[in-house]
Amino acid sequence: MSSQDNSEENLPAEREHAPNAVSVADEKHPFADPGLPPHEHRVQDIDERAAKRSERTVALLFTVSMLATVGFIASYVTIGVDTSVYVWPIGHTSALNLALGSCLGIALFCIGAGAVHWARTLMSDVEIADERHPIEATPEVKAKVMADFREGAKESALGRRKLIRNTMFGALALFPLSGVVLLRDLGPLPGTKLRHTIWSKGKLLVNMNTNEPLRPSDIAVGSLTFVKPEGLEEHDHDFQTEIAKAATMIVRIQPDNIKDKRELEWSYQGIVAYSKICTHVGCPISLYEQQTHHVLCPCHQSTFDLSDGGRVIFGPAGHALPQLRIGVNDEGYLEALGDFEEPVGPAFWERG
Amino acid sequence: MSTTTTPESRSRGKAPAGERVADWADGRLGIYSLAKANMRKIFPDHWSFMLGEVCLYTFIIIIITGVYLTLFFHPSMNEVTYHGSYVPLQGQLMSEAFNSTMHISFDVRGGLLIRQIHHWAALIFLAGMFVHMMRVFFTGAFRKPREVNWLFGFLLFVLGMFTGFTGYSLPDDLLSGTGVRFMQGAVLSVPVVGTYLSFFLFGGEFPGGDFVARFYSVHILLLPGIMLGLVVAHLILVFYHKHTQFAGPGKTNNNVVGMPLLPVYMAKAGGFFFLVFGVIAVISAIATINPIWSLGPYRPDQVSTGAQPDWYMGFSEGLIRVMPGWEINFAGHTLVLGVFIPLVIFPLVLVAIAVYPFIEAWVTGDKREHHILDRPRNAPTRTAFGVAWITWYMVLLIGGGNDLWATHFHLSINAITWFVRIAFFVGPVIAFVITKRICLGLQRRDRDKVLHGRETGIIKRLPHGEFIEVHEPLSQEQLHTLTAHEQYIPAQVGPAVDENGVKRKIKASEKLRAKLSKAYYSEDSQIPKPTVEEYKEITSGHGHH
Repeated sequence: MSSQDNSEENLPAEREHAPNAVSVADEKHPFADPGLPPHEHRVQDIDERAAKRSERTVALLFTVSMLATVGFIASYVTIGVDTSVYVWPIGHTSALNLALGSCLGIALFCIGAGAVHWARTLMSDVEIADERHPIEATPEVKAKVMADFREGAKESALGRRKLIRNTMFGALALFPLSGVVLLRDLGPLPGTKLRHTIWSKGKLLVNMNTNEPLRPSDIAVGSLTFVKPEGLEEHDHDFQTEIAKAATMIVRIQPDNIKDKRELEWSYQGIVAYSKICTHVGCPISLYEQQTHHVLCPCHQSTFDLSDGGRVIFGPAGHALPQLRIGVNDEGYLEALGDFEEPVGPAFWERG
Repeated sequence: MSTTTTPESRSRGKAPAGERVADWADGRLGIYSLAKANMRKIFPDHWSFMLGEVCLYTFIIIIITGVYLTLFFHPSMNEVTYHGSYVPLQGQLMSEAFNSTMHISFDVRGGLLIRQIHHWAALIFLAGMFVHMMRVFFTGAFRKPREVNWLFGFLLFVLGMFTGFTGYSLPDDLLSGTGVRFMQGAVLSVPVVGTYLSFFLFGGEFPGGDFVARFYSVHILLLPGIMLGLVVAHLILVFYHKHTQFAGPGKTNNNVVGMPLLPVYMAKAGGFFFLVFGVIAVISAIATINPIWSLGPYRPDQVSTGAQPDWYMGFSEGLIRVMPGWEINFAGHTLVLGVFIPLVIFPLVLVAIAVYPFIEAWVTGDKREHHILDRPRNAPTRTAFGVAWITWYMVLLIGGGNDLWATHFHLSINAITWFVRIAFFVGPVIAFVITKRICLGLQRRDRDKVLHGRETGIIKRLPHGEFIEVHEPLSQEQLHTLTAHEQYIPAQVGPAVDENGVKRKIKASEKLRAKLSKAYYSEDSQIPKPTVEEYKEITSGHGHH
């Protein structure tokens, strides 16, 4: 079929109104709903050549999709999983990931684009109106349902035989308790576990990085050192849980600059040890300002002053960082003089 | 009943294979009756209707890719030493969860792609639900009979957040572990039972060795199972209620105008699935997401700066960051208000938007079905409330990224925190007032357009030298569209005396309702739409306006 075959009726109707004329058809009710506007033909509806072009476009898209799938399989087979490739502007990236993702993306996108183009240009675009029906049932239906329900309720005698009703409710209300009880063994009771860490008197402060005990001379003013209690090793099966409480940081402050009296007492030659676990919600504190001796938690920006008893000076934390009392043993190594006196980490109901 | 066939059907020969399969299915499932009602079901066309489709399709993509990931992922916190092909982490201790995620990312061909599609699709799913919810909100599509479906959608959004959070935590990397720690700290703040909740959730102290396995079953079974049910229910209701549509010529509250399911909508919607999937695949090919290899395995004593949750949890992060660190100690107990108050406000922020449809329905007292969408300007108070809520949400999102705002824009983190604290209360109010005024301005413009026509931009000089601007009258289609909305009249408190002339007690709720109704629909809150009389008076005048 060629475009010459188009019959008159397929061509768009002439515009009835000059562009500037008042086009209100209904003079009496100018705001009334004029009804669905007449359907306007697309070029594909009246020109078979345009329709053919659309058909070829759709077919091309589907063909590209097929080729992309072949490309996906070829990439999977030929590209090594560890091959890296430089692509501007992404930089170095996994060649396999890039190839597989691009091929899959093109294969899928072209199917979609083809289907949508097909629908938009070749399928009928005549708008159809469907009626809606009210959701609510008619009064007759409602009356029938209510009658049926009353009938059923009466036959069950639930309202009349109160003993059955009450015991049934009792049974149904009680049995879920079994399920609740079964949840008891999800975990042990807290006890005083949150109050203690594995720090105790005489435990050496071991450098987290070198795994060596520390001497006071190892700690320079302005440095931040993370330590763990001696005996706690990475391979221990409860390492994660213990280090979550016992992680400690030490800094050295000129003793004259320590403002808090107890802090000075618990320090050794200006070396102070504080819990590394933020008292807000438990992130490890890791940013230290040498000049001010402030430490900052990178999660929620709580800031503590290590020269003033670990006091909170900014942020959402509610109380000071607990300090670990330290000294030096006979061999000249830094050691703890006990556990933290108060629970480390976030506050909880029983903390007090 | 009988084995003989009628001569008529025999003479036609065998039906095509497709028809015979359909006959077989119809005899058992009744598919013909189903198809009769639905095969040519009409779907209206509007670009905003695709937002819900984005959600549905990303949900399907997440399930497909998620099933693939379970084939390789080990939900275990046993410590192992890494020996995979990513050199920088070799010899590192890590959980099996992290190890298997590394295996998926570096040793399974295409594993990284599927992982990234899964994560990107999850982010788009949440974003899609958020925007879809806003579409439904601002056009009033939540009104009767669709309130229940609004709640289903809201539940999907909330469950989607938690499914996202649990899934994000599974690889047990440094960043997600920090997020879990934050959650545990928040649980600890719950008065009386917080410590117990935390111990039951984690099988003891944090982090313990259980939470990955527990989050895994929640992430792949419990929550998606519920969500799948809700999605199906959501879709059934969409089908049952039929789509809403905007007012326009031929479009009424009693019909639905558009294209039939077969073939147009099927091709468009089906094709759109592939478009969404394709775009996400390309994004996953070129944009890395959640590079756990550069984050490293979780250690409770380590952290990196810029620790952020995925975007949909950002507003809860903002709440916790800007809250002052209030803590009350009494009788050997601690009330951790600094953490507990944000934990309580977190659901309240969400509930505020969820209950809105019921509040509006109560204020209007409107019991009719609504299938014609409102243009946001024509419901100024609702639109203003919605924008105020979004402002609230966005302020908290800024708070959640206060460190990034500080580093990227060279701002003081203290200043940002104080800004968020103040804007939390003030921002929504300002947004409400401004939005309402803009809506009223737009209503006035519509009114002018109806009465005086469209500005053509043509300036005409009359013979005596006067300049006039030519306005072109609107067509009846446009006039109808601009005046189709309904305008409520404020409800009044009923008469102070009952039918017997006895003074009756006026309930406080009745007074409140009248007050709210006045705030919604008084002359300060909506511009009266032009009447036919006004229109006729102006157009029948002397030709100039």
